[in-house]
Amino acid sequence: MLVSALSLGLLLGLGLFTFIYAEGFSYFTTDPKACANCHIMNPEYDSWVKSSHHIVAGCVDCHLPHALVPKLWAKAVNGYHHSKGFTFQDFHEPIMIKQHNARILQEACLGCHSGLVHDIVAGSTTDANAVSCVHCHSSVGHGPVR
Amino acid sequence: MTAETPSTAGNAPTSRRPKITILLVLMVVVAGSTAVIAGLLVNIFQRKQEAKNPYLRFVDVTNDTTDPAEWGKNWPREYDGYLRTVTPTRTKYGGGSASETMPPPEKADKNPWLTRMFAGYAFAIDYRDRRGHAFMLTDQESTKRTKERKQPGSCLHCHASIMPLYRQAGAELAPSAPPAEQLQKGFEAIGKLDYWEASAKLEKSGHKHPVSCVDCHDPKSMQLRVTRPGFINGIKALKAHEGIADYDPNRDATRQEMRSFVCGQCHVEYYCGPKTTLFFPWLNGLKVEEIESTYDNYKFEDGHRFYDWKHAETGAEVIKAQHPEFEVWNQGTHAKAGVACADCHMPYMREGALKVSDHWVRSPLTNVNRACQQCHHYPEQEIIKRVETIQDRHFALLTRTGNALVDMLDAIKAAKAAKASDADLAPILEMQRKAQWRLDFVAAENSMGFHAAQELARILGESIDMSRQAQLAAVKLTGTLAITAPAAPAK
Repeated sequence: MLVSALSLGLLLGLGLFTFIYAEGFSYFTTDPKACANCHIMNPEYDSWVKSSHHIVAGCVDCHLPHALVPKLWAKAVNGYHHSKGFTFQDFHEPIMIKQHNARILQEACLGCHSGLVHDIVAGSTTDANAVSCVHCHSSVGHGPVR
Repeated sequence: MTAETPSTAGNAPTSRRPKITILLVLMVVVAGSTAVIAGLLVNIFQRKQEAKNPYLRFVDVTNDTTDPAEWGKNWPREYDGYLRTVTPTRTKYGGGSASETMPPPEKADKNPWLTRMFAGYAFAIDYRDRRGHAFMLTDQESTKRTKERKQPGSCLHCHASIMPLYRQAGAELAPSAPPAEQLQKGFEAIGKLDYWEASAKLEKSGHKHPVSCVDCHDPKSMQLRVTRPGFINGIKALKAHEGIADYDPNRDATRQEMRSFVCGQCHVEYYCGPKTTLFFPWLNGLKVEEIESTYDNYKFEDGHRFYDWKHAETGAEVIKAQHPEFEVWNQGTHAKAGVACADCHMPYMREGALKVSDHWVRSPLTNVNRACQQCHHYPEQEIIKRVETIQDRHFALLTRTGNALVDMLDAIKAAKAAKASDADLAPILEMQRKAQWRLDFVAAENSMGFHAAQELARILGESIDMSRQAQLAAVKLTGTLAITAPAAPAK
């Protein structure tokens, strides 16, 4: 019993250290710096700092749903994909947004701007082929790497 | 219980076995989990190390360090890219060396009219497709244009890391002058020499390298900088034309501008000599007719107006265009959107956590995901198709323009054979000068139309018009008309 308690404790300790070392708690915050913990998002973070939206919106305001349960779910799914991609270094570069996340992003635009664009979008923005806000306003959040 | 006592001793191991099994399973699970977590920990540690951006200055580099291998000790990633410029690459219209040891094909294979256009000029005997930066000096030494014809030392302005030699020659000529003046003096003196004489001097000075790190980077800060006197004088004249006095790119240009200016030091139109010192003809602007007006108003020291050579078939005083990539890019949509040369030809790439400019300078079509997809979020194949659509149309129009030029040359030759008077021929030869300048300007530009498709089509349209006007005028003198079969229409 003692041995198993010790070994489990060791495992727990190592796990906790790894979690803290990897700045695991930062992922429970909304600080954009957390999204650039792994340096892959440095260019996005750097250009967000200079973007028109940086005073009103951080990463999670546009890239996560605003309702609690969908937000946690999206965070979990993205967290899994990002950790896997970063650990094994097997992702496409330049990084491109996936369909599911593009929809979240579009809904986030409308979350703030729907009053203004109501007549333009007319309910078609969830269609995969619909023109999205960032199709034209691609650099409001963060621009290309220069 | 008591009745079963004898058997308890025998039972004891069997009742412990499940416990041992559980312990064993637990051990395996804990060991496995520990291994995974430790592995993850090491992985995170590695990634954190990558993000530390280690940078060690192993050797000191100065303005006289022209050997890129020395710089490569400090900046191995950039140097690796630079070395890769020996790799032959090929796109639908560009490049084409079969291997590192084989020269690329002659341009006239694809555009036979080039030989007619350059009649009487060294480009008619040898004019090949491009290769990587690493070959710029060896290719210049192996072309028939320098081996069989006399060329000035100013060719080395762009093909070698020549600044130390300019400074050295300037210091010998004017020991007490300020550095900028010495540099200009050295630049003029070396440019006046015969090519091979200048080349020997360069070899003796120990700086015989193709254009290298020191030509675009400040050795102290690594910042981009321009060094070529031709560019510094040229951009100063251009800015003065735009109303900005005393422009110094190293002081006044933005970082993003510098990412094009360093390329503009060489990928431009210029006069290389030997009748005067090398200059960039930007006094009136960068467009084809603005450069033409600069040349038309320019007088050589002997009082004669500007021309590069007399056309061997017609005797017209014609202008040779070099490779005006910088000027043409300036007229295009990418320049208007603030996209620099380096954004597409040396795009950023990630190595670990480092953001590195890819120093393997090459066609963006061989590096679409980094060069184009940064802004254009479409599949690679779609991007390549879009570019090739532009290039196919451009090539068809270019061929058509070349054919018009050939028809004009034939008509002028016929008029000359029919003993047309010099006075009658004079306006026709002027028209040839204009038509040929436009066609050459477009043909010499390295992007097969991509850098500014509409602008280049406009120039080709003018050239066709001028060639046909000259042809018509010549035909009027002789009364015979011959038209080459039209080129196949663009797909």
